[in-house]
Amino acid sequence: MARYLARRLVQAALILVGVTIITFLLTHLVPADPARMVAGRNASLDTVESIRHQLGLDRPLVEQYLRYMGGLLQGDLGRSYIQRIDVAELIAARLPATLALLAGAILCELLIGIPAGLFAATQRGRFADRAIMVAAFSGVSAPQFVVGLLLLYVFAFGLGWFPTRGFNGVDSLVLPAMTLGILGGGWYARMMRSTMVDVLRQDYIRTAWAKGAGGTRVVLVHGLRNGILPIVAMIGLDIGIFMNGVVVVETVFGWPGIGQLAWQAIQRLDVPIIMGVTMVAAVGVVLGNLVADLIAPFVDPRIKLR
Amino acid sequence: MSRSWQRFFRSGTVLFGLVVIAVTVVVAVFAGVLAPYDYQQQFFDGLSLEGAPLPPGERFWLGTDTLGRDLLSRMMVGAQTSLIVGVVANGVAVTIGTVLGTLAGFLRGWVGTALMRFTDLMMAFPVLILAIALAAIIGPSLWIVAMVIAAVNWVQVARVVYTETTSIAEREFITAIRNLGASDARILARHIVPHLVPTMLVWATLGIATTVLLEATLSFLGIGVQPPQPSWGNIIQESVSYFTTAPWLVFIPGAAILLLALSFNLVGDALRDAMDPTQRGRG
Repeated sequence: MARYLARRLVQAALILVGVTIITFLLTHLVPADPARMVAGRNASLDTVESIRHQLGLDRPLVEQYLRYMGGLLQGDLGRSYIQRIDVAELIAARLPATLALLAGAILCELLIGIPAGLFAATQRGRFADRAIMVAAFSGVSAPQFVVGLLLLYVFAFGLGWFPTRGFNGVDSLVLPAMTLGILGGGWYARMMRSTMVDVLRQDYIRTAWAKGAGGTRVVLVHGLRNGILPIVAMIGLDIGIFMNGVVVVETVFGWPGIGQLAWQAIQRLDVPIIMGVTMVAAVGVVLGNLVADLIAPFVDPRIKLR
Repeated sequence: MSRSWQRFFRSGTVLFGLVVIAVTVVVAVFAGVLAPYDYQQQFFDGLSLEGAPLPPGERFWLGTDTLGRDLLSRMMVGAQTSLIVGVVANGVAVTIGTVLGTLAGFLRGWVGTALMRFTDLMMAFPVLILAIALAAIIGPSLWIVAMVIAAVNWVQVARVVYTETTSIAEREFITAIRNLGASDARILARHIVPHLVPTMLVWATLGIATTVLLEATLSFLGIGVQPPQPSWGNIIQESVSYFTTAPWLVFIPGAAILLLALSFNLVGDALRDAMDPTQRGRG
């Protein structure tokens, strides 16, 4: 176990180094010029050059990268080109909003997906099963910005139940979390259904039926206990999917999280922020995958960590 | 025709998906003939007296946009955009993924390891941030968008194909053929690639759904397909600030994106079931 963990951590570290290299290359080899962006359209060539020197962009690429990595190892993510604030500070200020959104989204997807999948499995082949599966597929196929706008239109502008923008309190969390949760809920409903269909076919379920236990009791007590664990163990894998949704959802709802920060930084070519957010997101994804893999053997003792 | 294929064609959801896809293709191909108006023309009577866009009605079936242009005609041309990006981007992604996945799975050794580690890395990347950064920095256009999407979408195909190739390459008939003196190239072309065709077909279908959604998202953020070329995503982007007063401009293209992506997902998923022998006799 300790050896497995050590190897996985080394792998994770290597993946993160790879992420920094790719992001660095992408943001530094592009035709656009960050120094020009900082200086503004009308700045003289001298000004642009002096800004380029100030930002260290006139040095060889390898030196720039090593300097960045040196700082990163000490927890220094660099400074924003435009706002002249430490990137770590900017991200730290935005992270709570994104984490709240992720927590809300995970809650939503489980609340939608698990009951829907469970019910579909008990109704296998019937109309309700088909209807739920088509709905689940629609959730997976829906563009998130449209879902977000639809929820805003109905529940914020139409019914006035929730605020339309920003992050203050639980009320404001409901609609953005739902937007992300509908996509995840679709996946969970499909996984839950197929797991439960297999579970309900097992001998011990038939035994429970034969003993005369009632339908609901068999499904909920005997079936769900075995069906739900593999599903919950997969939550760690969701982080990658959410990180994609976060940019769109935060834009639609004016949510002050790291997705919005990244989107603004990309438009202004504020490279240190783009690097920083990508790193934070990649760390989240890698940790999520690691947690999912570590949980797996507890859920299913047949899985051995090697 | 085997039983699983009969079930494929009899399934209501598959038929629904095939019909939606067929209609979209026909509309996209014949948009020039079918469209009631010129999609770029700004009609004087396309706006109300106060200058607001018109809701769906008799003259403009799906209403008009904020510049008084016919939404139906713009949607039809937008279908072209969605399909072109979807097919091109996904075609490139499936090709890259299949070639790399097959080579890595067949050659194994350090090539295979290196490729799989690289896909691990790509999986840890926040794809949308990567795509947005690429599109925003390189400068958006229809073809750039398609290439950006292909650049982030080949990874999953490569992983699936890699796994399949390794499992086929270990089978006894491959050893037998090799002992008979067949070259690597022949084994690959005649005995491994044909087994991968079902997987490629499934991903060619499922992947279009992802691609259509990604194109719409990029266009919605304003870094995808650029006006005046209409796409379902940029129609929404142009009118999103008026969406409380002119909701049809957001939700009609939104519904079209959903229907098209859903159809490709439904058909792709059913294809996977029909082609997977372990799924036979289940349902």
